[in-house]
Amino acid sequence: MTPILQIRDLQVSYYTDLGRATALNKVNLDLNSGEKLGLVGESGSGKSTMALAMMRMIKPPGRIEGGSVTVGGVDLMQLSDEEMRMSRLSRIAYIPQGAMNSLNPVMRIGAQMIDAVRAHVPDMSKEEMTERCMQSLESVDLKRNVFSMYAHELSGGMKQRVCIAIGILLKPQVIIADEPTSALDVVTQRQVMETIDRVQKEIGTAVILIGHDMGLMAQFVDKVAVMYAGRLTEVSTVRDMFTNPMHPYAQALIKSLPNLSNKGVFQGIPGLAPSLLRIPSGCAFHPRCEKAMDICKTDVPAVERYDGDRLVACHLYAERA
Amino acid sequence: MTTATTIAPPIQPSRWKLLAGYLRRNKSLAIGLGIIFFLVLFTLHGFFAVDEARAYPLKAKPKQPPGILDFSSPEWPGKLPMGSDFFGRDMHAAMVKGMWQTALIGVIAGALGTFIGVVLGFTSAYFGGLFDTIVKGICQILTPIPVFMIQIIIAASLDKRDVTIFTMAGIVVMLAWMGPTLVIRSQVLSMKERQFVSVAKLSGVGNGGVIFGEILPNLLPFIAAAFVSQVFNGVFSSFYLAIVGLGPLREPLLGNIIWAAQSQGAFFNGWWWWPIWPASAMVLILSALALINMGLDELANPRIRRTE
Amino acid sequence: MKLRLILRRVAFLIMVVWAASTITFFIPRMSDRNPIRERFAELARTGGFSASDLEVIVASYNKKFGLDKPLWEQYVDYIGSVARLDLGVSLNRFPKTVMEIIYESLPWTIVLLFVSAILSFVIGNLLGAVAAWPKSPAWMRSVATPFIMFMGVPPVLLAIFLLFFLAFRLKLFPLGQAYSTGIAPDWSLSFVMNVAWHQVLPAVSMILGSVGGWVLSMRGMGVTIQGEDYVNFAEHKGLSGRTIFRDYYLRNALLPQVTGFALALGSLITSGAVVESLYALPGLGQKLSQAIQANDFLVIYGIVLFITMSVATLMVLVEFLYPLLDPRIKQD
Repeated sequence: MTPILQIRDLQVSYYTDLGRATALNKVNLDLNSGEKLGLVGESGSGKSTMALAMMRMIKPPGRIEGGSVTVGGVDLMQLSDEEMRMSRLSRIAYIPQGAMNSLNPVMRIGAQMIDAVRAHVPDMSKEEMTERCMQSLESVDLKRNVFSMYAHELSGGMKQRVCIAIGILLKPQVIIADEPTSALDVVTQRQVMETIDRVQKEIGTAVILIGHDMGLMAQFVDKVAVMYAGRLTEVSTVRDMFTNPMHPYAQALIKSLPNLSNKGVFQGIPGLAPSLLRIPSGCAFHPRCEKAMDICKTDVPAVERYDGDRLVACHLYAERA
Repeated sequence: MTTATTIAPPIQPSRWKLLAGYLRRNKSLAIGLGIIFFLVLFTLHGFFAVDEARAYPLKAKPKQPPGILDFSSPEWPGKLPMGSDFFGRDMHAAMVKGMWQTALIGVIAGALGTFIGVVLGFTSAYFGGLFDTIVKGICQILTPIPVFMIQIIIAASLDKRDVTIFTMAGIVVMLAWMGPTLVIRSQVLSMKERQFVSVAKLSGVGNGGVIFGEILPNLLPFIAAAFVSQVFNGVFSSFYLAIVGLGPLREPLLGNIIWAAQSQGAFFNGWWWWPIWPASAMVLILSALALINMGLDELANPRIRRTE
Repeated sequence: MKLRLILRRVAFLIMVVWAASTITFFIPRMSDRNPIRERFAELARTGGFSASDLEVIVASYNKKFGLDKPLWEQYVDYIGSVARLDLGVSLNRFPKTVMEIIYESLPWTIVLLFVSAILSFVIGNLLGAVAAWPKSPAWMRSVATPFIMFMGVPPVLLAIFLLFFLAFRLKLFPLGQAYSTGIAPDWSLSFVMNVAWHQVLPAVSMILGSVGGWVLSMRGMGVTIQGEDYVNFAEHKGLSGRTIFRDYYLRNALLPQVTGFALALGSLITSGAVVESLYALPGLGQKLSQAIQANDFLVIYGIVLFITMSVATLMVLVEFLYPLLDPRIKQD
């Protein structure tokens, strides 16, 4: 089966007064239809940049330097601006942190859904559009009357659901949800995640879930991808990632999660995340890595496949590859 | 061992170089300051080159065109380089005197208005309570009243012979303090909530310390902007009062000269230079102030710069 | 809830009018000028009656206008008459009342003021919005700059220059007046066109002078709005640039500008007053200038008070209309 989403050598830089910051460094990723991937990492590791690059929404001073993002056989990077605009929402959709300010305060929710449909299927009748939007609202557990409400009349969780409803309007093949649960309370977080889970099953798309709450993510995704300094360090199934993480950074991340055995003794990762302007040579993680070897300071570890479908970029396992 | 490389400390450029660099980026501030500099030079030159007494009527041969345009004349630019008006004022002297008088009204009105605004806005926002409610209420009630209309009443109620440039400044400032009061008040209110103020308070810094050590320095760009826009308003409203004939009629204020030229039909009688000089000076002063204000706006809110 | 809001706004309006009337009552009385005495002294000088006659006449007028009563009683009477919109009579054009003078000149002022206020609001805000929008073409963005420059040119000076160059020198436009002499006012198309033709220069000078302020404030507002999440999400939705500009960016950026509209009218009225008298348009401004020249105090106070009340009323009106534009306000 060919993966619905194929990312190859995707590279993004930001040109600042202080020099070029590499925010995304030759990232490769595959995702099958119906698969859910959690993308985790510290802030500044490049998660959001990756989402924006896939939508081709990197704004100056940022620039996509190269690579391809293929969705259902179409390379988004090769499309014209107008074709890309038509692909947003219909091929690949982005769900923002809706709890805050993602909805236009002066337009009714319905109008903000209908304009999205009209932008892609202009010849659909008004009744049909309305019906499609209503159904979409219902499928995220919202009442039909939300259609004629304004954003300020909704709670944070409801606004997030509206954003999800907009994201699934055109049944895209890939959905990227960028920290959809931040700024929500714990109960609502769970409900929102369950909603995403259900609509994903209904329309069978691939989902990329960006976040840093590993605990919440573990309950909903199939695979977890760990990013560090603009590179993917490990991509494994949830079970493998939590029981037997391979990359030392992934190990540190898992160890830092509170669990029953360490009884709330919080273990952080020593050192600071590197500045994207000065990424350490070799493996970017080596200054903070307990198991660093000489080769780690000089050579960038290649992503290798282990145990069937685990992808890890670390010199420790070089002989096992 | 880590691979952290030592970075040479960046060479700190001199203060003047930094300023010059900043001005190159903030063009409106640079141009505005440039115009002001030019006007100051003109005034300074005038202090030595002309007798200010000639700025009053009957001191020169009336209705003479500007000598500065008469290149063929052997004594270029002549005795009346900017010409003279219907009443026999030497326009050159009138411009020197009128310019600093006009500016003086603006600066006095601006300084007083800003001072009142800072004191009122500060105390009402910092201490809150009933005082704040009263100050805010008065400002809100006075804001819809067109300031110029009230200024007309004040000016019209005075005996015209008593009006000096200082009474002009007084008239202007009387209704010009609400703007800065509201601006400073809202800034202090938002600053009160910021962390650095809370930290200072928690670490036992007294009210005076918080006001002068923490809030005031952060308020300076806003005070500067308020001052510049107050000067703009002061020049503008005194100009309008003069142009409807409510100025100190004897003085060669720019507005007065234009009013006089207008009432004598200067353009239609062919004495175009009479209104042109004061009008250009007015445009220069007001544009410079508007540009400086825009520049300060950029300084206080760097996001605007992106659109340049 | 809704009723309380309306009552509060109306109370605010009354406070503003009260404050304005109080100022116009007390300020003239703080100076020692007596308008009636001055007026009759002027008449006496030009011949007519003796100094002793003058005293008798002044005394009788003072009595008629209640000037011999204690100050507080005068004040109460005054506020009462303002409430009845009785602004007194013109000393110069006796027995015409101030309200009659206002009524006959008001239409001219309203036309000039509203046309220029609305045009400058529309032009200024569109230019400002385009200037701040990162995707607008460079030439469109640069159009805004000259308008910002005009901020330093008071509309009165523009009026003088336009009058001289376009009307006097090039003879492209009429030299003032409301309509050509020798034609009778009616509602025919040719007359309306004639009036409009005479309004072009005054309106242009007022628009050019006030557009820059809108450009500048809208540019600042636009920069803020384009960073908002909902503008970003609109682009993620694949909307066309035009839709995003109109529905997501412009609509939100315009809202705070609307509240400034009534205030801008207040400052435009200042320029309008002077521009009108320059172009000899028979509006409120010309009447005000004439009254100032003639020391016709009650007309000065009356017109000032009337303008103040109108601006305050408009401001409150805009606040009433604001919830129609911004659904968030309805709640509180």
